[in-house]
Amino acid sequence: MSMYIAKSRSIAARALDGEMIIMSTSDSMLFTLNEVATEIWLAADGRTPLSQIVQDKVCAKFEAEPEAAYADAEDLCRRLADYGILVISDQPIESAR
Amino acid sequence: MTDAVSITTAGGGTQTSLLGRIGAKAEARVIPISVHLDLTWRCNEGCVHCFLDHSVGGDMDTAEVKGALDQLAAAGAMFLTLSGGEIMLRKDIFEIVAHARSLLFDVRLKTNGVLIGDGEADRFAELGVREVHISIYSHLAEAHDAITRVPGSFALSIEAVKRLTSRGLAVEIRVPVMKGGANYARLRALAKEVGARILYDPTIIPMMDGDRTPVSLNLSPAERAEFYADPAVLIGLEDDCAPPAPAGEELLNGHSCGAGHLRCYISPQGDVTPCVQFPLVCGSLRRGSFLEIWKSPQFAEVRGIRNRDLQVCSSCSSLSSCRRCPGLAFQEGNMHGASSQDCESTYFRTKVPTPLYPATDLDPAPERHPPVSGQFVPLAALLPAPRDGMHRDPAAY
Ligand code: SF4
Ligand code: SF4
Repeated sequence: MSMYIAKSRSIAARALDGEMIIMSTSDSMLFTLNEVATEIWLAADGRTPLSQIVQDKVCAKFEAEPEAAYADAEDLCRRLADYGILVISDQPIESAR
Repeated sequence: MTDAVSITTAGGGTQTSLLGRIGAKAEARVIPISVHLDLTWRCNEGCVHCFLDHSVGGDMDTAEVKGALDQLAAAGAMFLTLSGGEIMLRKDIFEIVAHARSLLFDVRLKTNGVLIGDGEADRFAELGVREVHISIYSHLAEAHDAITRVPGSFALSIEAVKRLTSRGLAVEIRVPVMKGGANYARLRALAKEVGARILYDPTIIPMMDGDRTPVSLNLSPAERAEFYADPAVLIGLEDDCAPPAPAGEELLNGHSCGAGHLRCYISPQGDVTPCVQFPLVCGSLRRGSFLEIWKSPQFAEVRGIRNRDLQVCSSCSSLSSCRRCPGLAFQEGNMHGASSQDCESTYFRTKVPTPLYPATDLDPAPERHPPVSGQFVPLAALLPAPRDGMHRDPAAY
């Protein structure tokens, strides 16, 4: 089953020299993402399946092994969703909450 | 990808260190990650200690403010404080906040809250404003209203705090502390009751145009000694009150604060300075781009000042403890010099004499004694009438 990801609307975010800084506006938690996670975050448009994102943004740029990279990415997305800064769905996402 | 994300809890020690790391990175790359933008200096209150001239107009219009925000986002700014004056006097406040949020700014508002009803609180919550600061001067309505010179303002401001916290926004009650002091414990209890954090600020600063009249409203020496002896003030400040450690090489090679390094201020008219409290105008957004101003010789000069270059402070034994404000030093005439207000505060906090305080034998070191603060002092009676541009009747809005 495909996973779709979109940025939550309850965030503030800025890239600082390749590192993504994210602030949850609902509970003031602060996050920083490393280079690989930042690529996934930037591609989280709600329409592109995570598998495609991993292929285009992770495997192509970081020479990662596809299956392991997808498993890691899925785990990362679920964690970010638990913190309310990413929305995940098995359907394309129109507008993130 | 276990190290893909660093996650911190709000306000915790890890967050402090993560914020510190982000600040250090922004500073190293000279990125203005934190910006304070005043939207107007007009105000619907007439606070006795205010450092702004409310009659100055010429505010940037909506398109200019949005253009400034676009430039700031492109320059890497993330933490945005929208302040005034009173921001709620801008008819386009929600349009501005919505634009800032569309650029993914972390938005903090400073307001007196008087004009925040249920509809306004709903809108700020929907837009994802993260934090609101509201000034409260006393737990007593008449003492607060005497300072704002608006009858009924205490009740309106407290209602606003409740409206915002009930919608999940973080609210910080800011307490500018002045002559007469306040009952710090009662204020802390009030903040707890309405679900807000509290921060006391015992430094009343000069007006932006250099007029030092408001400085006379600062705590007296005895009141300042009381302030730093009050348990309700000292929560979390214990280390700050310890005798200063000797300054090491790292501190001497560092600088006083992030003003001009990773933060700046923009006035309602588009003037850019290192900080709201550091009125060195480095350029105007009406005459140049933000990045041109950020890279100007004026900002470069501010960035070039290291602690070891400071007159007086570089050899001061309190340097490690002092929160020297270069803006206050600038307003005293020398941004390379000491700030007498910080010399005074540092002395009362640490009990160690500083180069500019105590000044003479006529001003001996006060003993710490139990607080007797909380009395009502009608400060408004001591001051001239409000200047033009103040609108004292909240019902008028
Ligand atoms: S120390 Fe002064 S100039 Fe520096 S950030 Fe604080 S208020 Fe601004
Ligand atoms: S106490 Fe005074 S002289 Fe010492 S560092 Fe602070 S401002 Fe400078």
